Amino acid sequence: MIRKIILAFFVFFFFVSGAYALSEAYKDNVYNPGVLKPADSVLKVKVGGVAPDFKLKAVSGKTIALKDYFGKKNVVISFVPAAWTPVCSDQWPGYNIIKDIFESHDTVLLGITVDSIPTLFSWTNQMGKLWFEVLSDFWPHGAVAEKFGVLRSDGVSERALFVIDKKGIIRYIDVHDINQRPPLEALVKELGKLK
Amino acid sequence: MHKKTVAFMLTILILMIACVCRAEMDPPPVGSTFPDIELLKPGNSSELKYLGLAGSGNFKISQIKADVVIIEIFSMYCPYCQGEAPHINNLYAFIENSPIYKNKIKMIGIAINNSLFEAEIFKNKYKVKFPLIPDGDFKLHKTIGQVRTPYFFAVKLADGKAEVIYSRAGVLGDYKAFLEQISKSAWGK
Repeated sequence: MIRKIILAFFVFFFFVSGAYALSEAYKDNVYNPGVLKPADSVLKVKVGGVAPDFKLKAVSGKTIALKDYFGKKNVVISFVPAAWTPVCSDQWPGYNIIKDIFESHDTVLLGITVDSIPTLFSWTNQMGKLWFEVLSDFWPHGAVAEKFGVLRSDGVSERALFVIDKKGIIRYIDVHDINQRPPLEALVKELGKLK
Repeated sequence: MHKKTVAFMLTILILMIACVCRAEMDPPPVGSTFPDIELLKPGNSSELKYLGLAGSGNFKISQIKADVVIIEIFSMYCPYCQGEAPHINNLYAFIENSPIYKNKIKMIGIAINNSLFEAEIFKNKYKVKFPLIPDGDFKLHKTIGQVRTPYFFAVKLADGKAEVIYSRAGVLGDYKAFLEQISKSAWGK
């Protein structure tokens, strides 16, 4: 009896779980992990502290070091948990149409996930031509996410935003509920506070 | 009651609920009535005038002053919607410059899971001239089958109801062919 009821429940959830404001751009290629624990890590940095330096390979072929921007540009780091998942696939394409807002605040955007370069190449190609660098924190796995304290226990990162000023000081942190996209107005408001 | 009978009845009940939920989650098909959900009125007077509305607060699609309303379901975060924006602007311009369609066909965009701020960013970026209404809390999206974006509906307004005459996912393609199809569905010509 229990087996039949469990089977019926599986059928129920198969039928009622649907897309989540997802773009046609990804067709049926997005894996839906369901609702996850909102946050699953402990921050190792704080607002007012110095951002830990790192060096990562980008999809563009460049190697990007955070310290290269010190004294020149403000930096926004956008960690997203994983390629080919619902909310992540809908986050960076929004940033892609506000290059002018970032530039008006003398700020560069760095997108980071723990995925490999080939995976990121394939995924970000579905978003159109991105103007910002997308970095792979694949190996050593999640090392940069771990430095910031946003590596979750299952090996993906949190959905987190860090705003870092030209002196390398962290001015804003939003470790967001992994199931939701951070509101754009909050980030733009923080960019407005930068010099 | 026998255990097997209880299990069978429970299973059937769960499957029936699943089917009902599924039916509610499908996009409204052609011939059905579009959900009469309240949406936020545009903030500027020219867009209110375009829709034949006045004041602030909410409105329903059935209250728009037109024979047919084209509804684009989109998101500022959707790459296809971004790529489609210039074509949709062309569709709007064609309608507004057409003695046949102007005032008969109106357009709105509904920005799924976007705030007013985000919808405005999209509007300014792509110079969209028709009203874009945020659906930040998925209120409408949940009633139309949580469709992917972009998705296009066209509804025919009559007797306070909005009858769906077009319902399709993906980019529009040839907007003149699209308009011909809408015209045939709405007026038989």
